[in-house]
Amino acid sequence: MDTGEKLRRGGGRLCCICNDRRAALKRPKTLQQICRECFYAVFEEEIHQVIIKNQLFKPGERIAIGASGGKDSTVLAYVLSELNKRYSYGLDLFLLSIDEGITGYRDDSLETVKRNELQYGLPLKIISYKDLYGWTMDEIVKMIGLKNNCTFCGVFRRQALDRGAALLKVDKVATGHNADDIAETVLLNILRGDIARLSRCTSITTGEDGPIPRCKPFKYTYEKEIVMYAYFKKLDYFSTECIYSPNAYRGFAREFIKDLERIRPRAILDIIKSGEDFRISTSTKMPEQGTCERCGYISSQKWCKACVLLEGLNRGMPKLGIGRTRGMSSDQMKNPKPTGAAKNIESKQCGSLDF
Amino acid sequence: MACNGSACQSGCYRDGYEAATPGDGAAATAPDNGNGNATTNGLCVKCKVNEVFSDGGGGAGDDGRFCAECFRSNLFGKFRHAITSNAMIAPTDNVLVAFSGGPASRVALQFVHDMQYKAQKNFDASRDRSLPVFGVGVAFIDESAASAPSSDKVMDMAIKDIKSIVLELAPPTKELHIFSIERLYLGDSNDQRNKLKEVLDAVTDPTGKEDLLGHLRMLVLQKIASENGYTRVVLGSCTSRISCHVISATVKGRGYSLPADIQYVDARWEVPLVLPLRDCLAQELNMLCRLDGLKTIGLPYETCHTINSLISTFVALLQEENPSRESTIVRTAGKLNPFAFNRIPEIKDINVPLATRRRQKRSNIKLNGSISSESFCPMCYCPIMPTELGILKAQEVSSDSFDASCCSSCRFQILPQDPTRMEDFYSNLPPLLVARATRRNPPDPSSLREHIQDYLLLDSENEE
Repeated sequence: MDTGEKLRRGGGRLCCICNDRRAALKRPKTLQQICRECFYAVFEEEIHQVIIKNQLFKPGERIAIGASGGKDSTVLAYVLSELNKRYSYGLDLFLLSIDEGITGYRDDSLETVKRNELQYGLPLKIISYKDLYGWTMDEIVKMIGLKNNCTFCGVFRRQALDRGAALLKVDKVATGHNADDIAETVLLNILRGDIARLSRCTSITTGEDGPIPRCKPFKYTYEKEIVMYAYFKKLDYFSTECIYSPNAYRGFAREFIKDLERIRPRAILDIIKSGEDFRISTSTKMPEQGTCERCGYISSQKWCKACVLLEGLNRGMPKLGIGRTRGMSSDQMKNPKPTGAAKNIESKQCGSLDF
Repeated sequence: MACNGSACQSGCYRDGYEAATPGDGAAATAPDNGNGNATTNGLCVKCKVNEVFSDGGGGAGDDGRFCAECFRSNLFGKFRHAITSNAMIAPTDNVLVAFSGGPASRVALQFVHDMQYKAQKNFDASRDRSLPVFGVGVAFIDESAASAPSSDKVMDMAIKDIKSIVLELAPPTKELHIFSIERLYLGDSNDQRNKLKEVLDAVTDPTGKEDLLGHLRMLVLQKIASENGYTRVVLGSCTSRISCHVISATVKGRGYSLPADIQYVDARWEVPLVLPLRDCLAQELNMLCRLDGLKTIGLPYETCHTINSLISTFVALLQEENPSRESTIVRTAGKLNPFAFNRIPEIKDINVPLATRRRQKRSNIKLNGSISSESFCPMCYCPIMPTELGILKAQEVSSDSFDASCCSSCRFQILPQDPTRMEDFYSNLPPLLVARATRRNPPDPSSLREHIQDYLLLDSENEE
C-alpha cells in the first residue's frame, strides 16, 4: 500500500542498530528499520543464543540437518555451518534428505540439496522411500489417489528420518521448523483438543527418551526473516510446492497467523510463550512406548504405523490403518476430514511437528 | 481397539449417519442409537413426538434436532447443571446479573429469573420455609463515555428498553443498577469523562484499549456488587465467547493465566463471578431469544480492527466449518489446570443451613492439594507466572512500581511504552484499580487454614 511512501521515508533513514549505514529493510519481528549487515548479525546472533541457552548441542556431537532443499532447511544448513565455525561448537554436521520419490518435485529439490552439499561442504545422505519401503510416493498415489496420500508420506518420512540418522550415526537431528510453524501447531492442537500434543509441541528438543532426539534451532525465528535472509544472502533453495498437496500452505490457521502478524508481529512469539506456559498436569497420559514387532521401530501399538500402512499397500488394501479406526486415533487426528472440502484448518499435513 | 467386527454397533463406519446429523457436536449427549431415522423424519430426537423446529440457520449446536420444547429444556438443563454442579448459587445468595443487552446475557437473566421464580414457588408452598429464595439484581453498564460520541438518544432508548425488560419479569422484583463507566472516577461528571478519555487515549494499541475497557467493566461490576450486598455476579459468557477468549489469551501470550478466566467460577474477586452459560453456544442463545421473543438491545458501539475482532472472525469461520469446534476449543482449554480460586469459597457461616453447606462442599471442585498464593497483575488481575515474577524482580530496581508488577501482556498492549508518560498514565487510572495495585495480594488465611485444618486442635483462632 505504501511502497512509495516507504521509499521516501526509508530513503535517508539510518539503520537503528548501527546508526551508520542506510536502513535497507524493516525487520519482520520488530519492525525496526535496519541495514542488511545488522540484519544478518541479529538473525544469526538470535539463533546462536537459542542454541546456547537451550544447550541444543554438545561439543563433538554428530548432527544431521533434515534437508529438503526448501528455504527453512537451506538457511538452517547455512547458518549452522557458519555458527559452528564462528563459535567453535565442535559439531560434525551432515545433511540428511528423504527422497519420497515424487517426480517433478523431490527430484528437483534434491538437486538443490546436492548443490548445497558442495556449497557448504557438508556430507549428504539421501534415504529413499523406494529403498526403505519398496514404494515411491508416485506409486502410492497411483494406487490410492490424492486422498490420504499425505498420511503415508508423513508417517514414512518420520521413520525414514530416524533410520537415516541411525545410518549416519548422528546424536541428534536438527530440523528447520520455524516460529510460524510452531505457533500454528499450538493453535491446531487447541482447535483439535489434543492436550497431550499441546504440552509437547513447544519443546525445542523432542524425543530425548527415544533413540535420536530432534531439535528446532529456528523455534523463535520468523518465517519472513528466513525468507529475507535467504533472499539477501542469495542462498540456493527450492521453492516449489509439493505436487500432491499443492495448497498445503493455505490452511485456515496459517492464514490466521499471517493476519495476526500483520496487526501485531509479536503475536507469533506470544503464542509460543503461551504454549510454553500452559498449566498442563505432567500426569497427562502418554501412550506407552514399545517397539514394533515387525520392524523394531518405536511404536505404541503392536505394529508401528508405517508397517500397518505398508502392509495395506502390499496387500492391495490401502485403506488399512487410515480413517476412523479408534485405535489409531493419533494419526486419524492429523487428517480429520479427507473430504473434498476446499480448505482445511491445517496447512501442512506433511511435515507435522510431532515426532 | 478398532471396531472391525460386524457386531459393533457404534456406528463409526456409517458415513451416512454423520452426514444426517451435522449438529451432533461433542457437547451433545444425544442417544447414540436409532436417532438417524428420527432426524430424517423431521421428528425431535428427544421426545420423538413433536416436529423439529427450523429456523433457517440449522446445523449449529443442538437446534435442528430438537423440537422447540426440548430445545428450550435442554438449554435450560445445561444452565441448571452448571449452577448446581458448581454450587454457584446458594439459597442465601444475592445474585447480580451482568446485563449488556445482548442475547447471551438476556438468556442468563431469563434463566436466573426462571430459577428464582421456581424457588419462590417452592418457598411459598413449603411448610417450614427453611430454604430462603436467593435475590436477583441486574446491572447495566453505560459505556457511552468510552466510545465515540454517539447520540444520547440511542443510549436513552436503550436504557428505557432495559428498564422495561427488567420490569416485565414476574416477581420477585429485581433491582436494576445502571452505572456509567466513568463513575469509577471521583469528581463531577465532566471530570469523570475527561479522565476516562485521557486514560483510554493514552493506550495506543486498539486491542489494548478494548481489553482495558473490559477490565474497567469488571471493576464496575465488582463495585456495584460489593456496594449493594451481592454475593455473586452472573456473567453471560457462552461457549462461543469463551472459545474466542481461549484463542485471544493464547495469542496475547497469556497461556499461564488462561485457565483462570474460563472456569464456571472465578472467585479471585471479592464477589465471585459465575459463568452458568459456559456450555451454551451463541447460536443456541440467539435461537432461544428468537423463539421466545426475548428482547435484546444492540448498542451502536463502534467496532475497530483489533486482535479480538480478528479472532472472532476466525472462530466463526471454524465453527461454520465444524459445528463442534467452539466446544472443542473450550474443552481443550478446560483441561488446563485451574487455579485455587476457581471454585466457590466454602461457607463458614453457621447461620447457613447445614444442608446447604454440605451440598456446596460436595459439589465444589477438588484441587490437587497444591496450595497457591498467586500474584496478580494490578491491571487485568490475571495471575502472574512465578518465574516471570522472578524476572521482573531481578530487572527492576523498585519492584513496587506499578508497571513492574503488571503482566507482560498488559505492559505491552496497555501501558505506555514511553517511561516518561507512565506517571501521567498512572495518575489517570481509576482509584479503584490503583487501590487494588497497592494492596499486596496477601495470602488468604482461610485457604491456608483449610490446608492445616486436620492438625488444628482448637476450632478458632480466638480461643488460643
